[in-house]
Amino acid sequence: MKKTAFYNIHKKLGAKLVDFAGFDMPIQYSSIIAEHKAVRTSVGIFDVSHMGEVFISGNKALEFVQHITVNDASTLSPGRVQYSAMCYPDGGIVDDLLVYKLSDDEFMLVVNASNIDKDYKWMIENNKLDVKIDNQSSDYSLIAVQGPNSHKVVQKVVNDNIDLEYYHFKKEKIAGTDVILSRTGYTGEIGYEIYFKGNEFEAEKIWTEIFEAGKEFNIQPAGLAARDSLRLEMGFCLYGNDIDKTTNTIEAGLGWITKLKKGNFIGREALQKFKDDGVIRKLVGMISDEKIFPRKDYPVYVSGKGVGSVTSGTVSPILEKPIALGYVEKEYSNHDTEISFLIRGKEISAKVVKLPFIKK
Amino acid sequence: MNIPGNLKYTNDHEWVKVEGNVATVGITEYAQGELGDVVFVDIDEGLAEISKGKSFGTIEAVKTVSDLYGPFSGKLIEINSKLSDSPELINEDPFGEGWMIKAELSNTTDLDDLIDAEAYKALIGQ
Repeated sequence: MKKTAFYNIHKKLGAKLVDFAGFDMPIQYSSIIAEHKAVRTSVGIFDVSHMGEVFISGNKALEFVQHITVNDASTLSPGRVQYSAMCYPDGGIVDDLLVYKLSDDEFMLVVNASNIDKDYKWMIENNKLDVKIDNQSSDYSLIAVQGPNSHKVVQKVVNDNIDLEYYHFKKEKIAGTDVILSRTGYTGEIGYEIYFKGNEFEAEKIWTEIFEAGKEFNIQPAGLAARDSLRLEMGFCLYGNDIDKTTNTIEAGLGWITKLKKGNFIGREALQKFKDDGVIRKLVGMISDEKIFPRKDYPVYVSGKGVGSVTSGTVSPILEKPIALGYVEKEYSNHDTEISFLIRGKEISAKVVKLPFIKK
Repeated sequence: MNIPGNLKYTNDHEWVKVEGNVATVGITEYAQGELGDVVFVDIDEGLAEISKGKSFGTIEAVKTVSDLYGPFSGKLIEINSKLSDSPELINEDPFGEGWMIKAELSNTTDLDDLIDAEAYKALIGQ
């Protein structure tokens, strides 16, 4: 199993480690709910070094990124980040990703850990423009510092002013190491993602410096379980659950990143057709007042008949209610539509609601 | 990992404390750790008896849901009422305040299939 540069820190903190995409990752430290609430109310620190970083460079780098992703990377200037996706010709999703414009001829694509090899192969196969594609996933570490106090914490460890706007980044130094400091995250809170190339020694120095800076805010290490419940409260998609090669960006509610007018790209024709003809199902948020919780693959019913299924479900630690994402037939996808989850043979009332579940 | 020597255990990570012909049932410290934060214990209030090996309820954690299985057959006497407001007691004190049910043993021979602390320790690889 692969270990991140923070493995010994997790061990020391008593984390429960599980295999996630081939990495020994902390799923929780103390309590998922406590970690979740720490991020919502103050600040939490996550090791997400399992994420992949692929660098695209060359004078046709932008053209290549435009060809393989659905969003319009031509709108980016250096220092800007964009949420995007790569699709297959049939519109199915290869992966969702972040596109960092490092310079006019260099981009960093941040992809899901479970998809690194697949994505890299996909990029190589579709490299008709002869750009340089450099998978540096194993060399890069990534920490996320998230929560309303994250700005104060990160400012304490960086010399320059870090007043970055959402989805902007800049190069900085933390504990003597060069980092990419990015105002992004997967929690819905103000937060930073910090990328750096370094070994365990540098990684531990950075973690420790942030952790010490966060002590006055009672910073908590947070695991992948809290990361999952945090993103689900915001209605953010998780690849492998809510999106995959069998779902397209239009039905997944990612029409806003699908820029059909930007010029040709892989999947454009199919996605245009989904947009023109309309999709048959849609990804929606669902909530219930019952004390029984929907999980992945549970059926969604309306008047005794199956109309879809849950793709992610949990208890919202903030609302203390069952929440879920799932696909339902389009006619049942409007807000306030009464639906039910079929849970162990029982129909549990719920309704379709507007995302996010938590208003920020 | 706490594995009290005075209790009996099941392969499904439940513990059983026998006092006369009444036994208390809960889940082990190992089990609560694997489940993570427990958010709801669903045991039907109208339940009259439990059956050995059959589900008598479910335990909902943030990440997952797990069935509760009768470690023996018998009449249900009490459900821990504190769990409805404080399911976290299962995480905090699995062998004490986090107990789940008390039931009367129909056949004491059902206990023969339970394992002791040493065997349970081996089961979870401690």
